[in-house]
Amino acid sequence: MSNELTREQHIELYYYMQLNRRLEERLGRLFRQNKIVGGVYSSLGQEAISVGTAYALEPRDWLAPMIRNIGALLVKGFRPRDIFTQHMARATSPTHGKDGTSHFGDLKVRHVVSPISMLGDLIPVMTGVAMAGRYLGHNIVAMTWIGDGGSSTGAFHEGLNLAATQRAPLVLVLENNQWAYSTPVARQVPLRDLADRARAYGISSRIVDGNDVLSVHQCAKQAVAECRAGRGPVLIEVKTMRMQGHAQHDPAGYVPKEMFAFWKERDPLVRFETYLTEHHLWDPAKKEEIDARIESELDADQKFAEDSPMPSPETAEQGVYCEGCHAVEAEWHRPKQEVMPPAASAEAVWKVKDFGALRGEKPPAAPPAAKEPAPKPAAPQAKPEISEAPPLRVPFGRGPKDRAFRESHEEKHPRHKSKKRRR
Amino acid sequence: MAEITMLEAIREALFEEMERDPTVVALGEDIGVYGGAFKVTEGLLARFGTERVMDTPISETAIVGAACGMSYLGLRPVAEMQFIDFIACCFNQVTNFAAKSHYRWGAPAPLVLRGPSGGGVHGGPFHSANPEMYFVHTPGLKVVYPSTPGDAKGLLKSAIRDNNPVLFFEHKFLYRRIKEDVPAGDFTVPIGKAALRREGSDLTIVSYAAAAHTALEAAQALAKEGIQAEVLDLRTLLPLDRDAILASVKKTGKLLVVHEDTRTGGIAGEISALVCEGAFEDLDGPVARVTAPDTPVPYAPPLEEAFLPSAEKVAAAARELAEY
Repeated sequence: MSNELTREQHIELYYYMQLNRRLEERLGRLFRQNKIVGGVYSSLGQEAISVGTAYALEPRDWLAPMIRNIGALLVKGFRPRDIFTQHMARATSPTHGKDGTSHFGDLKVRHVVSPISMLGDLIPVMTGVAMAGRYLGHNIVAMTWIGDGGSSTGAFHEGLNLAATQRAPLVLVLENNQWAYSTPVARQVPLRDLADRARAYGISSRIVDGNDVLSVHQCAKQAVAECRAGRGPVLIEVKTMRMQGHAQHDPAGYVPKEMFAFWKERDPLVRFETYLTEHHLWDPAKKEEIDARIESELDADQKFAEDSPMPSPETAEQGVYCEGCHAVEAEWHRPKQEVMPPAASAEAVWKVKDFGALRGEKPPAAPPAAKEPAPKPAAPQAKPEISEAPPLRVPFGRGPKDRAFRESHEEKHPRHKSKKRRR
Repeated sequence: MAEITMLEAIREALFEEMERDPTVVALGEDIGVYGGAFKVTEGLLARFGTERVMDTPISETAIVGAACGMSYLGLRPVAEMQFIDFIACCFNQVTNFAAKSHYRWGAPAPLVLRGPSGGGVHGGPFHSANPEMYFVHTPGLKVVYPSTPGDAKGLLKSAIRDNNPVLFFEHKFLYRRIKEDVPAGDFTVPIGKAALRREGSDLTIVSYAAAAHTALEAAQALAKEGIQAEVLDLRTLLPLDRDAILASVKKTGKLLVVHEDTRTGGIAGEISALVCEGAFEDLDGPVARVTAPDTPVPYAPPLEEAFLPSAEKVAAAARELAEY
């Protein structure tokens, strides 16, 4: 596979994926040692997605991870100690023990919004981030993730619909890992490809092999570029498999063993290591060096977390409100005058294109917009077409076979007479 | 000084804040070209343009979610619920996302969620509610519910400048019925401070929003009978002005709480508890309350009238308490 990444970038992708996996292995061990306060939600088998997508972002861009996107947090600059301390509820954690797991963020430097446990909520929130970025002239892209299960929530729909109406620079990565806790995807969504949902929002979508980090990365990079050019939002469906239970407590006995076997053969790290070797991007010594570095970093950060104190009880009641402890300041990258009157003032009237007429009834005055050049490997799916056939409104008790009704309909809609129904 | 309605006062606050600060933006259903279902935001789009005044899809969850996201970049979004009843549709975004943001990860979410609330206009079960207590029970939010044009203007300005998510309830019965001279120029009314509307010595009536006017009307009637009721308008429900409540109760020794919200779980219960904690020895009678009954807000005028606290009901309860 050809791509634009340098050798160093390939190595960096490997570093983050391997760091992600080794870190989570340690979290699993700590969980079994009772050193984790809450749950551990493994992303085993999904590392290529978190890392490959987040790696497509620039430092100024924003992301909001889901529970299985520790890899994205690492790419964005958080360190293993942040993850360890969060899971172990230490005073030194980014949330000082107020919340656990990957529920933390950083508004100022890394531009990461903390997730909450309610699925789908990040989509409207990151739409707002994307809109605010555009308003302030930041030229940013916002990225967030959702699972196959989370795509059934109302917030998913409301968020993506708002993003679409606003043409917001939002990349939504839909991780189809086949399981929503114990329920297989077929019982949640009657679609073979969840990317089809994009059609309903009038946005472009892509499908990519989630266990191939280079494909994921390239796809995300194109989506980010599309958003930055003002053609967002974009939905990316990544096909993958959750290789462990919902969390550490769940042995996932409901997953057919053959299914695990099928996906184990497609392990993203093994595949990428093979790729690096076959393309002579590293040698065994290099791998050994990186792995050793990862282990020593993890050793140090795990020790830091284990040596860290629990938060003191007095802090439980602190921090509910911001009473001047944080400065709320917008960073303006465009002249403020542009958004102030009189420059901002507008005529308060709607322009309604073709008056909502049936398709074909009234040809649009303007010629159709020029087609966008199709990005290469993973072309966006066809632009959504709203239903072609004019809906035949059938009053109760009457049908298209009713001659009087048919004639009156054709009278009202002369363009649709013709063709099939011509006597 | 100019006499303006509560609705005009709210609109003035929005105009002035958007004029003062380009980070203030507005979003909601039909707020732009149409100017809002009650015309609160009329003229805003023409003045500030579509980037700052955003007509959204009918998606309360997306509206509040997007407002949160905007606030993280330093904007101060003011989101409208077309009727505050619809806040139920975005309960999760308000209570789990916005409210917990600062406590969980130190991210202030300076947004205002405002909308018309309350009964008396025959709106029926879905256009008349007082859902404030769901949110008073949510740490991390501030809940404001003014009763006069001046307070509405000053409190909305404070809400917009606050670094926390503020729910701003606008009693729609008061929108065009209450007029007041509102001071010209920039002024704010602090969040969390009650206002003493009437001084008295025989009992304290604590109330807010439209019910505060009912309480005042009752107090005037009682005065003719020789009963001097003190009337305290809370203005903010979260944080509650405990000091003002306790000071008044310590002075009069008797407390009647009046609210249009339903009885069980209404703020009267909370106030009663804090008076027990802080002024038990000063009480000369049981804490009384006049509230709406535990039902949805009914549609038919005679039913709604029976539902709402009236000056007669308040006066009767006050009389009984004064004689205790």
